[in-house]
Amino acid sequence: MSTSRDIERYAALFASRTKVMKSSAMRDLMAVTARPEVISLAGGLPDTSTFPPDTFAAVAQRIATESCAKALQYGPTEGLDETKACIAEVMAAEGMRVDHEDLIVTTGGQQVIDLVTKTLIDPGDVVIAEGPTYPGAVPVFSSYQADVVQVDMDSDGMRIDLLEEKLDRLDRDGRRPKFIYTVPSFQNPAGVTMSLPRRRRLVEVAHERELLVLEDNPYGLLRYEGDAPTPLLSLDGGIYVMYLGTFSKILSPGIRLGWVVAPPPVLEKINLGKQAADLCTSTLSQLMVQAYFEESRWRDYVESLTEVYRARRDTMLDALAEHFPRQAEWTRPAGGLFIWATLPDFIDTTNLLARALRDNVAFVPGEAAFLDGRGRNSMRLNFSGSDEDAIREGIRRIGEVVTEQVDLYGTLTGERPAVRAKETASVDDNVLRLPERAERKRRARGS
Amino acid sequence: MSRVAVLKGGRSLERQVSLRSGARSEDALARLGHEVVSLDVDADLIQRLRDAAPEVAFIAMHGRDGEDGTIQELLEILDIPYTGSRVVACIRATDKVLAKHLMLEAGIPTPDFFAFSETAFRELGAADALPAIEERLDFPIVVKPSSGGSALGIKFARSAGDVPAALVAAFSYDSRVLLERYVDGRDLAVSILDGEPLPVVEAVPRDEEFYDFEARYEIGRTDFICPADLPPDVTARAHDLALRTYNLLGCEAFARVDLMLDREGELTVLEVNLIPGLTETSLLPQAAEAAGISFDELVGRIVELATARAAAY
Repeated sequence: MSTSRDIERYAALFASRTKVMKSSAMRDLMAVTARPEVISLAGGLPDTSTFPPDTFAAVAQRIATESCAKALQYGPTEGLDETKACIAEVMAAEGMRVDHEDLIVTTGGQQVIDLVTKTLIDPGDVVIAEGPTYPGAVPVFSSYQADVVQVDMDSDGMRIDLLEEKLDRLDRDGRRPKFIYTVPSFQNPAGVTMSLPRRRRLVEVAHERELLVLEDNPYGLLRYEGDAPTPLLSLDGGIYVMYLGTFSKILSPGIRLGWVVAPPPVLEKINLGKQAADLCTSTLSQLMVQAYFEESRWRDYVESLTEVYRARRDTMLDALAEHFPRQAEWTRPAGGLFIWATLPDFIDTTNLLARALRDNVAFVPGEAAFLDGRGRNSMRLNFSGSDEDAIREGIRRIGEVVTEQVDLYGTLTGERPAVRAKETASVDDNVLRLPERAERKRRARGS
Repeated sequence: MSRVAVLKGGRSLERQVSLRSGARSEDALARLGHEVVSLDVDADLIQRLRDAAPEVAFIAMHGRDGEDGTIQELLEILDIPYTGSRVVACIRATDKVLAKHLMLEAGIPTPDFFAFSETAFRELGAADALPAIEERLDFPIVVKPSSGGSALGIKFARSAGDVPAALVAAFSYDSRVLLERYVDGRDLAVSILDGEPLPVVEAVPRDEEFYDFEARYEIGRTDFICPADLPPDVTARAHDLALRTYNLLGCEAFARVDLMLDREGELTVLEVNLIPGLTETSLLPQAAEAAGISFDELVGRIVELATARAAAY
């Protein structure tokens, strides 16, 4: 008996952590979503088409004349002071104050998740995350072999009562989580925002149990209605809360600039980790941000983005009400980029995506936001990356295939065929429709 | 040496795998001294093929379009010699229902099955026949789309309650689905090159309950054993069955026949793949290697067979 040399040769060389880095059917399906004829509501892409090219040219010109050599050189690992000043300005806009020495400029916000996990997690250590959580964090946690415990959410964000129950249970097993990862405002993917009482309680829990919290806040300034949420960092004062910020959604994801604020001893370790990872964040990108902040009014640009995204969100919500069957439910985000829709549990959204791709439309299947196999009947829909016509058409097509599957299932089981949402009761605002809740609602309606 | 256009990618759900098969084949073709034209298939395929004017088209596309006869038909029209089987074999093999009926008719054992179109359920009340089917097949039942070479959309139904959702999933991929008796046993593949069976490959999933789509293409998640550790008579029977199926469907040049060996030692044929993967983890290249045929030689033979077929007509 011999085994194939070609595979075994490499398989023996892989680190054990690569075994949990899953490539999946979903990834293969996502490869098709990039085709130009596909309306993709799958990405998390900001709209960069309205950024003024003149401003870009002015920024580049300014760097060329004023700081060419510096822009082409390595920089300090923690980032340039000029960039940190811009970061302080962005944080001030959300009511936070930060000292330069308390933050490190990173290569996108994604690097912060990686560095924090690298700094805190040994294989098997527990990370707490929301369920669903940011799909991009899933491979990071997996690659460090973290044991991720996901806490359910409702329309007020992470259920802190459930969090405490889970912490108690872990405590009884002698396990202490290293950190809690949360996107409290306009969450990716669920689109919900943690209420102020829950924020307060979360910070208290962190203090009581001496747990670190990583507050991931990419969308805080992309608010379409309601009051500005209070960052966890302000409530905590920087003792247990680490803060992740990014220029990706307020300026450009292409410049790959984010930052992390953390207590000094943690920041020191993160700094060492960053040195090992990439020495420093792109100096050119950092100087571009500085020049941009001096050259123009960055808040005006954020304001213009907000206008565009608000209209797109409204378009998507209207289209959902018009085209999705009654059995589907979805959230109504007050900001951010995403709506989370939940379908009846007999629909597997990964398979649904394969069907939807035949009609040239794509979304992110819900399983991408869970590490425990849940989310299979949910989907994440992005409204920032497509124009209103594409959103309307995309949702119409998805609605059609969902309706088709609901109908088919009804036929197979003898249940009723699908009915459009518009024809029955309207969907409540601001509710994260988790399956259990959906089921209760259905029963209450007597259907 | 020839000017060879490698057709890969396309809109199939197996696009990713196809790109990998294509890239690896391109490297081999270049090493063999061929002039390689790489084509990621899309709407201007015909124009690009006309511009490239290849002597041979090397089809490295899996699933829809590449494996179902569509591309082959286009290449016939353009009069460009191409690798692998011709249109009619593609049609027979891609349609699992048709292939299984042909096997039954020819006395080639294949797991019991029932096939339905979506229309049968929607318009002819086929759902009422499900209990009778479930009784005939026993649980677990494998529910799968009629076409598609990968494990996408294949579900196990462990009880009657699982069947409707499994059908909905399978109908996501095709308008026709198969309900098939589950064969508990060993997963074997016999690749055939120019009418000669290659050593049998056994796929042993490491930790998945089912040899799924992910395990199939991911290094380190499935153990492939080649030649499979089988008694000589089982190997001989597997070769014989595979070859008979290959000839029955009219396959040419190469193909991969998937079989199951159940606990009683009985062999059944599941399906035939006419453009099996050519990636690092694919079974055809492994089987060839076990027979002493390197990847470059394999690719070279496939091109030669296409050229020879063109010369013969």
